[in-house]
Amino acid sequence: MEDILLLQAIERYLDGTMLPAEKAYFEELRKNTPEIDQMVVEHNMFLHQMDIYSDQRNIKHALHEMHSRLIERGDINEGGELSTKGRVIQLYNKYKKVTAIAASVGGVIALVISGLTLYLSPASNNQIQELKREVEVVKRNQQYQGAKLKEVDSKLPKDAILTGGGSGFLIDAKGYIITNAHVLKGSSFANVINNDHDEFKAKIIYRDEVRDLAILKIDDEDFTALKSLPYGFRKSDLDLGEEVFTLGYPRNDITYNKGDLSAKTGFNGDSTRWQLEMNANPGNSGGPVLDKNGEVIGVLSTREKQAEGVAFAIKSKNIFKLIDEVKDTDTSVQKIKIVSHSSIKGMDRSNQIKQMENCVFLVQAFNKK
Amino acid sequence: MGYFYPSSRIKRQIVKAEFTEQALLKGLANNDSKAIEALYKDNFNMVQAFILNNNGSYDDARDIFQEAMIALYEKAKSDSFVLTSKINTYVYSICRRLWLKRLQQIGRYSNQIDGFEETVAVEEDIEIHEKRNAEFAIMDRALNSLGEPCKSLLEGYYVKKMDMQQLSKEFGYTNADNAKNQKYKCLIRLKKLFFAQYNIGE
Repeated sequence: MEDILLLQAIERYLDGTMLPAEKAYFEELRKNTPEIDQMVVEHNMFLHQMDIYSDQRNIKHALHEMHSRLIERGDINEGGELSTKGRVIQLYNKYKKVTAIAASVGGVIALVISGLTLYLSPASNNQIQELKREVEVVKRNQQYQGAKLKEVDSKLPKDAILTGGGSGFLIDAKGYIITNAHVLKGSSFANVINNDHDEFKAKIIYRDEVRDLAILKIDDEDFTALKSLPYGFRKSDLDLGEEVFTLGYPRNDITYNKGDLSAKTGFNGDSTRWQLEMNANPGNSGGPVLDKNGEVIGVLSTREKQAEGVAFAIKSKNIFKLIDEVKDTDTSVQKIKIVSHSSIKGMDRSNQIKQMENCVFLVQAFNKK
Repeated sequence: MGYFYPSSRIKRQIVKAEFTEQALLKGLANNDSKAIEALYKDNFNMVQAFILNNNGSYDDARDIFQEAMIALYEKAKSDSFVLTSKINTYVYSICRRLWLKRLQQIGRYSNQIDGFEETVAVEEDIEIHEKRNAEFAIMDRALNSLGEPCKSLLEGYYVKKMDMQQLSKEFGYTNADNAKNQKYKCLIRLKKLFFAQYNIGE
């Protein structure tokens, strides 16, 4: 309040609206109080700046208005009646943005096309390898698995034939599992087995061959939905060198692998994937890749054949996109809610794994005979 | 590669300008729209041609010309103002200097700058103008970071020159005294913001 009164007095003093007696008193005060004297000088300076500022704004405004008015009236013009050189430069300046946009769109399309070609052409299969478990391996392991299953009888129909397998993990505590589409290739149903060797029947509710993602829903009375998932899903970009880890079933027991993010794009610049410096094996396909906070950054899918320890993961962004896209048409997907909060943030790695290991499943894909 | 006016036209302009120059500058200093219009018509095309012929765009021409007009306005407003050249020579000189600087900044400087008019030394004026511009930017930033209603209240008072009665009505204060109180509170904040930046700039 003091400040305001003082400021008020200073303003009145400076614009000369003080009464003579008051003014004399104030001048005396200035003389005897250096602080007030300083404030007056400072405020005078400020008001001067303010004056210049408002003048400038007003003249700028006036100039802009005049410019538009003169153009409207044709007194000045911004086109025509120019030397050729001016016009060429004009055209360049006018269209350089458009040209740049067109060029980058062209670039993006070229990338997409080359990405697609790469994805679809057999040549790429020679260089990258899907990490699904080969049927022979799965079969060999199945007996071992069968011995350890808690159920007395397998839940599979008698006439089922194994077509492939890999890993998968919960994206929603209600029993929705994401895995790679290639894990389920040629199959019509699947079952999933967690690390406690609990076996559950699962329905394939969606496959996206292009993104190489598929969604399963556990469809089994024995399955009780979890309260919440321990891990979250990361939406933000990653930095190179960030530590990442994965859990999966290259064997019949859950297996942990760690590594680093080594590139923000996948094989041949595929921007839908991360490149990881990580040892991954057949069977790791469909497993989650998490950062150190326990946030899912992607789904492990392929590895490079010609290089040791280079794996690729489908960015978690694609899970969001997939769900967004199918939500409109597929009612079963509508129920899926993806959370970004991770409750295992800050824990040490072994505890993080303990918390989440029963959310990662061995996926076995079957077809009927 | 220059762009030339027919010489007759230049002469005519100079004669006309000589006749009204002092009046025009006085008008400009008072933000008089007739004077601004006359100055615009007399000088803009020349500047635009120069900018366009030297790698500039229409937008550049407008920006540079308006910059020069503001510099002229500042000069016309100052008490010590003496006109040492024709207005169009002065405006052209300022524009030429400003444009050269701009080209240098974006690294498109070529030694061959085309132009057709005589120039006068304007370095000092441009320095003053640039300092003003910097101060303007500081005040603008300070004002914009105030938030509402402080920003509009102070703009209303200092830029639009409204009185406290009008302002209290417009902002819905119950009386002019309350509005005034609020204005002072805002002013204290603005001063703090302004001087914090201003003193760094010095």
